[in-house]
Amino acid sequence: MVKFDRFTLDNGLTVLVHEDPTTPMAVVNILYDVGARDENPSQTGFAHLFEHLMFGGSINISSYDEPLQRVGGENNAFTSNDITNYYVTLPAVNLETAFWLESDRMLSLAFSDKSLEVQRNVVCEEFKQRYLNQPYGDVMLKLRPLAYARHPYSWPTIGKELSHIEDAKIEDVKGFFKKHYSPVNAIMVVGGAVKTSEVERLAKKWFGDIPSGDKYNRDLPVEPIQVEPRRLVHYADVPVDAIYIAFHVPAKNDQGYYEADLIGDLLSRGNSSRLYNSLIKDRKLFTDINASLTGSSDPGLMIIDGRPSEGVSIDEAEAAIWDVLGQLSDEPVPEAELNKVKNKIESTMVFAEMSLLDKAMNLAYFEVLGDADALNKETDRYLEVTAEDIQNRAQSIFRKENSSTLLYLSNS
Amino acid sequence: MINRTIAPEFKQIEEISLIQASPRLLDNGIKLYVVDAGEQELVRIEFIFRNVNWDLLRPLQAYATNALLIEGTSRLSSFHISDSIDSYGAFVQPEYSFDYSSFTLYTLSKHLDAVLPIIKEILTDAVFPQEELGTLIRNQKQKLLVSLEKNDVVTRRVFNHSLFGNSIYGHVVEAEDYDRIDRQQLLDYYKKAYQPNNCTVIASGKVDDNTVSKINTYFGSDWKADDDFTVNSFHFAETEGGIFYTEKPDSLQSAIRLGQISVSRTHPDFPALQFLNTVLGGYFGSRLMANIREEKGYTYGIGSAQVSLLNAGYFLIASEVGADVCSSTMTEIEKEINLLRTELIPNDELELVRNYMLGSFLGSLENAFSHAEKFKSIFLSGLDYDYYTRYIQVIKKVSSEDLLNLAKRYWHFDRFNKVITGKK
Repeated sequence: MVKFDRFTLDNGLTVLVHEDPTTPMAVVNILYDVGARDENPSQTGFAHLFEHLMFGGSINISSYDEPLQRVGGENNAFTSNDITNYYVTLPAVNLETAFWLESDRMLSLAFSDKSLEVQRNVVCEEFKQRYLNQPYGDVMLKLRPLAYARHPYSWPTIGKELSHIEDAKIEDVKGFFKKHYSPVNAIMVVGGAVKTSEVERLAKKWFGDIPSGDKYNRDLPVEPIQVEPRRLVHYADVPVDAIYIAFHVPAKNDQGYYEADLIGDLLSRGNSSRLYNSLIKDRKLFTDINASLTGSSDPGLMIIDGRPSEGVSIDEAEAAIWDVLGQLSDEPVPEAELNKVKNKIESTMVFAEMSLLDKAMNLAYFEVLGDADALNKETDRYLEVTAEDIQNRAQSIFRKENSSTLLYLSNS
Repeated sequence: MINRTIAPEFKQIEEISLIQASPRLLDNGIKLYVVDAGEQELVRIEFIFRNVNWDLLRPLQAYATNALLIEGTSRLSSFHISDSIDSYGAFVQPEYSFDYSSFTLYTLSKHLDAVLPIIKEILTDAVFPQEELGTLIRNQKQKLLVSLEKNDVVTRRVFNHSLFGNSIYGHVVEAEDYDRIDRQQLLDYYKKAYQPNNCTVIASGKVDDNTVSKINTYFGSDWKADDDFTVNSFHFAETEGGIFYTEKPDSLQSAIRLGQISVSRTHPDFPALQFLNTVLGGYFGSRLMANIREEKGYTYGIGSAQVSLLNAGYFLIASEVGADVCSSTMTEIEKEINLLRTELIPNDELELVRNYMLGSFLGSLENAFSHAEKFKSIFLSGLDYDYYTRYIQVIKKVSSEDLLNLAKRYWHFDRFNKVITGKK
């Protein structure tokens, strides 16, 4: 159970406080309600590039990192398809430094040309390091547009291509800041050795006079229901064939998401899971196989990825995956097996409470989804799933016409 | 209106309190260390075994034994083991590193009674079924093929071998090494390494007397002790320096790694060297990051580390950089090293790193598990808690003159081994 207090400043900034006296540290986590899905299709990768620019100095403070490190703090940030999240951990006695730094960059950035030029290069190197210069690194660049015909989840956060990042202009940066980086579009979570009253005082002092900005109204294209199987065969200089199958699954707020997540666990969590046990251990058709969910705010994907064993044809490998998926649609999952994955969820939730930063990030994410308290109800949403729910959900997910298959084949 | 150009007042960290692990002894003499802290009803129990009997003809015996622990006992099949552990929502993690092999259990306290007997069987009665060994070899050989396509992996292999030769730290694993594993080898190794005289247990989380007595019940008896093993022991000479280049013509980026043999945690200079390393490449604001990422945009990240192993310490700098700026990056790294060897670190930077390191140390003490990690670092190096008292003193007191002298003594760019994979 993660307890928290909530208040809202006059300018619309939502603040949550999680008091945790067991640590001498404090966390300040600021979530901006903007992600790669909010980008212009011809300027993809921009939300993430912008995240880098948030460290290039703000209107009154030339360096973000240096003053924070000087008081013993550390920080980082990440951009997803849904949100951009910034976090600071520092000794709680120096909490005010984080308020000073974060409020100034919410007020306005310095918009330095030099910073833009350098970070364009840094992000291009990140693009190469993680997506282009790795075996199978570009899989999501191919699988996303195959699975999404209209919704902007069709590109990854890094962007569709290097040129979109190379072409970013300072005017675009200013426009993006104005549209998305303001109190009404942000959620701040402060946690650790802090008191709500003190956080409220500091929040008013540092964030209170920032203009509220306009609420961003998200109006994204809805992904049409897929009616035909999709398929892409790609050859590359990789040593081993690989297969990826993406299925549309419900959004994070939907109870169906929790069913899908448990199905993912039944399939590939732990060595006793179905895909691992059937395809790697028993039939020895694969050397590696996983099922994962993108876990996104809008309807997401379940992705099965696997590498067939040497000598196994890709057709046989693909058919074997469908065999395992089909069993979940054909027969109800035994009660003991369902309880097994639920127990795993339950213990994961308890272990997750050991990390202050994780708690703060989760509160912010659930708040942007609608209510931070949903974090504390998550376990129940998993526990209420029945074997019948699992079977029904499996039947709706594991249909050929709901699948996008990428065969990533070796040139050799 | 507040004046936003002025930073709020701040305090240097004065008090850092560690929760010390309390030593216990199981009935058979196994050392158990307990970090009892935290609110959550859960526990982590880590069984640590030194790697022994290094044999270049059986280079994967310690790794494979560790990896296959959970793949069958004389009573339980692989599936039965994982299914039971999973059913209680518990997690087990076999982990192999250069010096130690460990086996860690994470569980909610309420399931301890159900899970501990299974762990006992794994640690005392594993049988390494031939079929499971075959699966491991098949999977790992294919993973190796894939990872050899990664420039950073190739670079790390070449670098380690250049420093550590054919020792366990430096051996370059090839596909044939997997074919050389046989079941009898693993059974032999298991008997020698996984036994009370080579075992240390660290329990953290909610570990009350009741939990300690449960650990003693399962692991304090019925486990044959043996002294028939040789602890791995190596000596490494400092490197003379050299360039190790693997060309990959199609690379968009080159992976680079430079460094040399250095001192380990037991050496009095180690804490100050960590300070010096932090200035160079140990945090986001480091000189390497400031110059090569934030000023020039050559890379997504660059860092350095002062690493401590049981038989050696070493220093390294690593990055992946645009292929066209690889040689410029090497030049800049050389400049930064030489700058630290010739000029005093300005006071402002010195104080910043001091505060950063103290804050970072404080932040690394988040929960019972992190306190256990802190204990592990010193215990496995043969040190005690005095090390941290001294570490904090050094971080608070070290001067620019001290650091200049250390850089002159330890860092000679021409004597670094320099490994590049990709394009020069």
